[in-house]
Amino acid sequence: MSTQIETLLKSNLTTTVVHNNIPVVEIDKVNVYSKGHHILKNVSTIIPKNKITVLLGPSGCGKTTLLKCLNRLTDLYPDLKVSGSIRIDGDNIFDAHKDITAIRQKMGLLLQRPYPLPMSIYDNIAYGLKLKGIRNKKIISAKVEKHLKEVALWDEVKDRLKTSAQRLSIGQQQRLCLARGLAVEPEIILADEPSSALDPISSRVIEEEFIKLKSGYTIILVTHILRQAKRLADNVIFMYYGEIIESGPAQQVFENPQSEILKEYLRVGH
Amino acid sequence: MMTFRRKYEERFFRALSFLFTAIIVFVLVQIIWTVVKKGFPSLSWQMITQEPKGGFYFGKDGGILNAIAGSFYLAVCSTILAFVISLPVALFMNIYLIRYQRLLIGIRFFLDVLWGVPSIVYGAFGFTLLMYLGYKNSLGAGIITVAAMITPIMIRAMDEVLKTIPIGLQEASYALGSTKTETAYKVFFREALPGFATAILLAFGRGIGDAASVLFTAGYTDHIPHGFSEPTATLPLAIFFQLSSPIEEVQNRAYAAAVILTVIVLVLSVSARLIKMKK
Ligand SMILES: Nc1ncnc2c1ncn2[C@@H]1O[C@H](COP(=O)(O)OP(=O)(O)OP(=O)(O)O)[C@@H](O)[C@H]1O
Ligand SMILES: [Mg+2]
Repeated sequence: MSTQIETLLKSNLTTTVVHNNIPVVEIDKVNVYSKGHHILKNVSTIIPKNKITVLLGPSGCGKTTLLKCLNRLTDLYPDLKVSGSIRIDGDNIFDAHKDITAIRQKMGLLLQRPYPLPMSIYDNIAYGLKLKGIRNKKIISAKVEKHLKEVALWDEVKDRLKTSAQRLSIGQQQRLCLARGLAVEPEIILADEPSSALDPISSRVIEEEFIKLKSGYTIILVTHILRQAKRLADNVIFMYYGEIIESGPAQQVFENPQSEILKEYLRVGH
Repeated sequence: MMTFRRKYEERFFRALSFLFTAIIVFVLVQIIWTVVKKGFPSLSWQMITQEPKGGFYFGKDGGILNAIAGSFYLAVCSTILAFVISLPVALFMNIYLIRYQRLLIGIRFFLDVLWGVPSIVYGAFGFTLLMYLGYKNSLGAGIITVAAMITPIMIRAMDEVLKTIPIGLQEASYALGSTKTETAYKVFFREALPGFATAILLAFGRGIGDAASVLFTAGYTDHIPHGFSEPTATLPLAIFFQLSSPIEEVQNRAYAAAVILTVIVLVLSVSARLIKMKK
């Protein structure tokens, strides 16, 4: 009896929590097909503002594809057919008239594998700033330093800012790409396994950075590390074979999983 | 049971491959050796610093500076012209047309056909165009014809380089808010630059060595051209015309031109390969 009341209370709490959150991203019935392969199946969810939403799910379930839908990188793939709507701050990004570069500048995307631009470490960060119209060298230098410190890369590269970024180690490249994404001051940060190539210490630095950032940013994070998810998540989305199986506040999803698949996932992942 | 047959097969085909490889290497060495043996003794300071004296066909004195300079002008200018045309096309194909794979296949096929068209056809085309416009043989006409010939080569060579750029880099660039043009000229261009150097050298080598495309368009003269409207000598035609002369000194000039041309093309191919390897 009491447990029933508890669940009821919790679910009630959940709804109020969601209602209090201003949604920045509203994903509505998004379907992605690739030559008959149904990659995302009727995905609908809401990403609350200034929270960390963690995307969980087994490999190949469509997490990266969902992130790519959010800033329409799916445009690059001729095979992908995307339908549905994604509203960011109320604007449907699939609207043909929308200025896609402006939408993309609202979002900092950290890809699963780091791709430094073919230029120096310094210019990798300055690039996005220049696109935003910042020309003042002092401001640019200050920002480069600030964001490299933010991702704990500054001490390693401060003496070779003018050397090619492509010669950095993968873990350093990953942090550089995060700094590059933060430098353009997006509203939303999309991070696809940001610590997959990092040692535990740098990984922890990045995690702390995310927690600091969430007061000003909305963060969507993909991770396969369950402990990391538990440390960071305010909100969890669990996907399986292209579908959202469960989503909601972290505590509810982790402590009270409904579906067998999620229960299994949490048990094995522990 | 089959082992015996397969062993026999294996040996036979290995011997065959070896034989043909040996023949090819032998022929190549022979060609280079002949050119060097005949041309090297005639290489002198005078040969590379003087224009032919008394007419390139009959005059015994002088050198082939007219052809060296002419070929150099022609190849450099046509390479620059081809580059200016090829760069936007190759970037356009790989940035704007990336969603239209079928169209791209068609364009690539078309360019490959152009690549394979014999250079005499370009020469004939250039000649027709000259006649139509009422111009005479000139450096400018040669440049345009050679550029037309090497542009498909350069586009396809650049295209092959751009094709290897991972799509992730494109995504990263767009994610930062770049437009397509910014992605093309600020990201792709830099990423592909070492590969482009190879493409340029390849096209340059093809341009400087080709005789048929300049035969009807650039003309031939004893002098270094002083403008695009003057005719110009070229190294391939220096070989062609002077080799047929009955005078030995003139023939020697042809061999000297052959050595110079061979060395230039060898150096170009080797550097193109080195750049590729370094990348
Ligand atoms: N451009 C594409 N064309 C065709 N199929 C694709 C494309 N991109 C992704 N897919 C397919 O979509 C499915 C989901 O891929 P996605 O990369 O989104 O998975 P993921 O959840 O990010 O996996 P992981 O955890 O391994 O990164 C896979 O089956 C993949 O093969
Ligand atoms: Mg992924």
